[in-house]
Amino acid sequence: MNIAVAIDTVPQNALPSASEAGPVPKRIVVAYGFWIFLLSDIIMFAALFASYAVLVRATAGGPSGAQLFNQGTVAIETACLLISSYTCGLMSLAINSRNRLGTYLGALITFALGATFLTLELREFAEMIARGATPQRSAFLSAFFTLVGCHGLHVALGLIWLVVMMVQVAVMGFVATVQRRLLCFSLFWHALDIVWVGVFTVVYLMGVSL
Amino acid sequence: MTEARYDRAPGDRPSREMQPAAPSPLLVYTVGLSVAVLLTATSFWVANTTLLWPGGVFLGLAVLAIAQMGIHLVFFLHITTGPESTNNVLALAFGLLIVFVVVAGSMWIMADMNENMLMPTGESMTLPMRR
Repeated sequence: MNIAVAIDTVPQNALPSASEAGPVPKRIVVAYGFWIFLLSDIIMFAALFASYAVLVRATAGGPSGAQLFNQGTVAIETACLLISSYTCGLMSLAINSRNRLGTYLGALITFALGATFLTLELREFAEMIARGATPQRSAFLSAFFTLVGCHGLHVALGLIWLVVMMVQVAVMGFVATVQRRLLCFSLFWHALDIVWVGVFTVVYLMGVSL
Repeated sequence: MTEARYDRAPGDRPSREMQPAAPSPLLVYTVGLSVAVLLTATSFWVANTTLLWPGGVFLGLAVLAIAQMGIHLVFFLHITTGPESTNNVLALAFGLLIVFVVVAGSMWIMADMNENMLMPTGESMTLPMRR
């Protein structure tokens, strides 16, 4: 009798807590695991940032950042990556509403902007190497190529991943596995943009005023 | 009663069932993009202007970058302070702690070692160690 009274006092619309409700849906587990991976990736970038910051003045008589960096290119690269992050967000909205055309369109724009970013970065590297600023020239340049090159490698891998995901959407449709992978991809792409904020601030903007 | 209150995946927006007044997702992304563009433009302006005291430029750039990272986290990755996002925030906090220890620790130790490696002769007392 007392228990029945107690149950009546519980609000009808109260939801059970997570422990009463059983295991969490796979989408949440997968995304949380990928979030942990991304944080460990960011910690790796932190180590590269730390070595860059320690070695930034160790030019060994070679060219410094202020002589090498072109802010115009960096501004265009930044704009490309920022807008591609936005279109990647729009793509995930299209995925949530099972909109194939919107998904392909968002993926296409994201891919094009990412590829533009990568092309500009590779051209910048080629110009620097042509001027003798190779990674083996000084500790500063080694640190620079490692940090910025590692970010560029992540972008290249992201582009390959995006192509693979679009093939999967075309072949398999919006099944649960594909949706989870797409969620992980958008997390990855947004995290790359966060790392780029650190790169353009620490390497390019602070490097020019050194 | 099959619906349950679970944690939320990072990257997923708060659902309408949990927050009936949640803004439209398109608006969230667009606001995030506008604020990020504003902060980026300010960063480039701060780095190139002569109006500001040069000593403060570094600090200003650092503050702008951290602010922009926060904007990306909230508006693009949807990491919020809601109760269903606690696990994501805790993981992020631990990651940030490690990032801080690695970066600040490395710079502090290396700067300290550079100072202690100075040779006590006249010439190099004025020159920092040649790296």
